Amino acid sequence: MTDSNEILSIKNIYKVFGEDPDTAMEMLNNGAEKDEVFDKTGQTVGVFDASFSVQKGEIFVIMGLSGSGKSTMVRLLNRLIEPTSGSIKLNGLELTGLSDAELLDVRRQEMSMVFQSFALMPHMTVLENAAFGLEISGVAEQERHSRAAEALSQVGLGEHGSSYPHQLSGGMQQRVGLARALANDPTILLMDEAFSALDPLIRYEMQGELIRLQQEQERTIIFISHDLDEAIRIGDRIAIMEGGRVVQIGTPEEILRNPADDYVETFFKGVDVSKILKAGDIAEHNPASLIKVNGSVHPFEASEICPYGYLVNEQNQLQGIVPTGDIAGQSPDLSTLQGLQIDRHESIYSDTPLHEVLRKVAEVPYPIPVVDRCGAFRGTISKNLLLETLSHG
Amino acid sequence: MSEFSLLDPFQFLNVPLGEWVEAILNYLVQNFRGFFRAIRWPIDQVLDGIEYVLQSIPPLIGIILSSLLGWQLAGKKMGIFCAITLFSLGLIGVWSESMTTLSLVLTSLFFCTLFGIPMGIICARSDRVERVIRPILDAMQTLPAFVYLVPVVMLFGIGNVPGVLVTIIFALPPLVRLTNLGIRQVPADKVEAGRAFGCTPRQMLFKVQLPLATPTIMAGVNQTLMLSLSMVVIASMISVGGLGQMVLRGIGRLDMGLATVGGAGLVLLAIFLDRLTQAMGERSNADNTLHWYETGPVGFFVRLSRSAKGQQPVAKTDP
Repeated sequence: MTDSNEILSIKNIYKVFGEDPDTAMEMLNNGAEKDEVFDKTGQTVGVFDASFSVQKGEIFVIMGLSGSGKSTMVRLLNRLIEPTSGSIKLNGLELTGLSDAELLDVRRQEMSMVFQSFALMPHMTVLENAAFGLEISGVAEQERHSRAAEALSQVGLGEHGSSYPHQLSGGMQQRVGLARALANDPTILLMDEAFSALDPLIRYEMQGELIRLQQEQERTIIFISHDLDEAIRIGDRIAIMEGGRVVQIGTPEEILRNPADDYVETFFKGVDVSKILKAGDIAEHNPASLIKVNGSVHPFEASEICPYGYLVNEQNQLQGIVPTGDIAGQSPDLSTLQGLQIDRHESIYSDTPLHEVLRKVAEVPYPIPVVDRCGAFRGTISKNLLLETLSHG
Repeated sequence: MSEFSLLDPFQFLNVPLGEWVEAILNYLVQNFRGFFRAIRWPIDQVLDGIEYVLQSIPPLIGIILSSLLGWQLAGKKMGIFCAITLFSLGLIGVWSESMTTLSLVLTSLFFCTLFGIPMGIICARSDRVERVIRPILDAMQTLPAFVYLVPVVMLFGIGNVPGVLVTIIFALPPLVRLTNLGIRQVPADKVEAGRAFGCTPRQMLFKVQLPLATPTIMAGVNQTLMLSLSMVVIASMISVGGLGQMVLRGIGRLDMGLATVGGAGLVLLAIFLDRLTQAMGERSNADNTLHWYETGPVGFFVRLSRSAKGQQPVAKTDP
């Protein structure tokens, strides 16, 4: 990911809740902690020196427990809450200094929000609700209704336009909330715990829906969640917040393998590692076990340590697996090796989650080869390696 | 004269409130009578207009029209109910007096909504304004009507117009209070959603706050109507016509029949207005999916005209 892909950049954002934020800011600039600020001035620091950047087209999850400042953080982005200091840049446009009118334009065109409580208007039909943002922007009735109807059909509610929100189930209501946000065709979608109020099955379904929509439209989504499984499932990258600070930012794998501190580690403790890590993440690549075949056999060392040799061609494509014990020191030609190789060897794709490879690894006697989607050899996973990885989580 | 005592300081300390009020009133009467007379004018116009219309409609037509209105607003049952109450008014022989009272009440309602709803909106937007206005509303509601009846007569004279004025004073507070309450009770998440989608304060008011506050505001309108009705009896003391005057005359002459007829008329009118406005309030938060033109007599005639036009491809079948 390059910097040219950056769509939103947040630098050193602070939010102090209280009567006299200037004093609190001065204390913070002089190195005071938030507890100290609270003791001396009675003011709460909601967000403490947060910096991160969001790339175009990714789902960026901000995760934390309640009180960690994640909901405040997302409201700072569209200035529903005014930041005390810091800078927020959207496509290079500084949002913190905007006038009221410019801010309204940003809210109408660039950012739409989906709420935990749905926040639909009970006096409007589903179609009118979906068209709400457009109505506020002053789009003519016919156009906004056709755009709203389109957004509704995107979320699978095309037929319910004339119903009222209270006639729909929770999951359907949140689909209306999503359609309302999508109808505006925003650059960035802000989702504040959008699925937290739904029951687990519907939540899972909505997550799938969101991933599908994002793949279709390449929209940038900032998603707030307190649910780690949800964050891992939908998030391209996750920012973890604790007590108003952003403690770590990274892909789920990065954070899992390399937690920044104890807090993050305990957070990830209960997580099922086998669902996050993929075969490619843990595959070991041992050059000694490779046998390059290219019409003829390249010289290789069949060592005692590697009981199996993996035949790869010029393009690094896996051709077969040979038990090295059978070669017994001789320098065989291609046909001998082909005669020795194991019939119908198994292999797994590098993007398969670990929990799906357990059975295969257990079934075959050799460390199972891992190949990417093009068939290129990426390494092997032995039983030992797998058990070791899983026991770490 | 006793000695100065700390335990009872009010023998020496007092504020001559009564004298002040009298002085101010005298000053106003002597210098600003023309101004107060000018205030009468708009009230006079509205009252005359409404009364002219109500009195010139023949009773039977009036009953039919009100029933159709009731049907439109709240279904067939309401229509029948309206017909029964109004028909009873005619039966006990107080139709004309009822219409006078109704025009007084409607005039006061007109001015109450004209001032009350905007005042309620301002109160909802600013805590400071609310702090100032609340004690004034308290005073308007609790001050005995007789206290301001006399100054009103001194400033505005007697008759229907000052009667409407005292009615407004008494009936305005609940509308202001309930408008204020209704807007403040709009759920915070709806307001936040409005802000997040870029509402200007004006759009917020008209597209989010007022629609969501409508049931509460309608309850305020209902209360204002009821208070207006109870006030027209007291206002009849300053020569306001209608049912109130029947009651007052009946009491004065110990003619219990006359007083009871007037009283019964007031009750019937009150029931009619109460049910009608309540139905309007319920309608605004009702969960029907039909448009207003698909229900009631209008819907009936719309369907009638559609079917009269023959088999046009109207796919819309009422559920």
